[in-house]
Amino acid sequence: MRAFTAIIGRDLRLGLRQGGDLLTLVLFFVIVGVLLPFAVGPDRPLLAQLAPAIIWVAALLAQLLSHDRLFRSDFEDGSLALFRHASLSLDGIVFAKLIAHWLLTGLPLVVAMPVLALVLGLTADNFWLAVLTLLAGTPALTAFGAIGAAVTVGLKRGGLVAPVLVLPLSLPVLIFGTGAFDPTRVEASTQALLLLCALSLVSMALAPFAAALALKISGE
Amino acid sequence: MADTSPNAHPGWFTRIAHPGMFMGWSRHLVLPLVAITVIAFGVGLYFSFLASPADYQMGDTVRMMYVHVPTAWLSQFCYAVMFASAIGTLVWRHPMADVSQKAAAPLGAAFTALALFTGSMWGRPTWGTFWEWDGRMTSTLVLLFIYLGIIALWRAFDDQLKAARIVAVVTLVGAVNIPVIKFSVDWWQTLHQPASVFRMDGPTVDGSILVPLLVMTLAFSLLFMTLHLVRMRTEITRRRIRSLELAQARAAGGAA
Repeated sequence: MRAFTAIIGRDLRLGLRQGGDLLTLVLFFVIVGVLLPFAVGPDRPLLAQLAPAIIWVAALLAQLLSHDRLFRSDFEDGSLALFRHASLSLDGIVFAKLIAHWLLTGLPLVVAMPVLALVLGLTADNFWLAVLTLLAGTPALTAFGAIGAAVTVGLKRGGLVAPVLVLPLSLPVLIFGTGAFDPTRVEASTQALLLLCALSLVSMALAPFAAALALKISGE
Repeated sequence: MADTSPNAHPGWFTRIAHPGMFMGWSRHLVLPLVAITVIAFGVGLYFSFLASPADYQMGDTVRMMYVHVPTAWLSQFCYAVMFASAIGTLVWRHPMADVSQKAAAPLGAAFTALALFTGSMWGRPTWGTFWEWDGRMTSTLVLLFIYLGIIALWRAFDDQLKAARIVAVVTLVGAVNIPVIKFSVDWWQTLHQPASVFRMDGPTVDGSILVPLLVMTLAFSLLFMTLHLVRMRTEITRRRIRSLELAQARAAGGAA
């Protein structure tokens, strides 16, 4: 357990001391969210209707960009080779890294939500729903992204392959994430939210094993 | 003293696993498989065009089904082959499982694309739309993306041995989509009809339509087996050529 928290602490320190990355991520999220209204046109009722979709697409893209650094630097400087000989199994280490990664890339998006909510004209109800779905859904995005990152970590030119692998898997997150915003049917919206939670829990529980296996193969 | 070395009498596992032996026994399989496939397609096409009635509602467009259903079935069967091969790669490091995985991916992508194409061609006259965002179509489209992603991953690696094991991990993860496709028609009430051939209470399709459907499914499955075998043989030959070229380049480098 001490090794587990030590890994989380290490990754959080590394992430926070290079504060630029964190700010860039939030900036990217907000810019994508602001960009889409220009493409759609400044029609406020339409924008309010599209807001959940815009927020989720922006979150998906922002998370997608951040996945590459999940294992890349550890792989290149040899930390991963050391991790393989640690007392904690590699699955556990990957799980710890996932938690730290989510705290660094998932949580800031939720914090940046109010800005987008203002621009897109979200109602108060939908704002809280958006916060809730992002909190419930982004862990699944991190988990799927980790698999993509682990699989392509050994590739010099794997930049585009990982998103191509991760995006189809992320589709259910997008479906349930935006499906929760159904104002007419409370039941369907609760169901989507619960499915989103289930998706996050299952993928967070299983992805470390797949990612660790891929990292082991890449490191050989 | 009895000869106990494993090479004297190779077991069936070795005979499948050893690329040289595989090339030996699979050589005799290609022509018979091609012949059976051609016969099956001949019978299947005869049944589907001449010896089966037009549907009382859909008319002749029902004949689309004899292409659409087999390709859709193969799009999933092909993934099952890749899944089994992926387990073979990860658990036993079976060299032929690597080759089988690699050979199956483009076939799966082609069958999935065909299933989507014939489906939209069929959907236009019967449902009035080429495309509908229903559960089964969306999940089949995701399957196509997974196939294409796997092919892209294969091509991104230089070292094919490492690629096989990495791709195997992705294949196992992507398999979550297969049950989603299977049960999509039960979970979401949509345009696509629920299972009507393999059911606990027997098929709900009439015999005159079921016979061509089953024959065409058999014919397409045989086509897949033939193409898969040929692709595996091609892949082995390609790897041999590559290793010969590497050896030659190394020898030339040593001489210089």
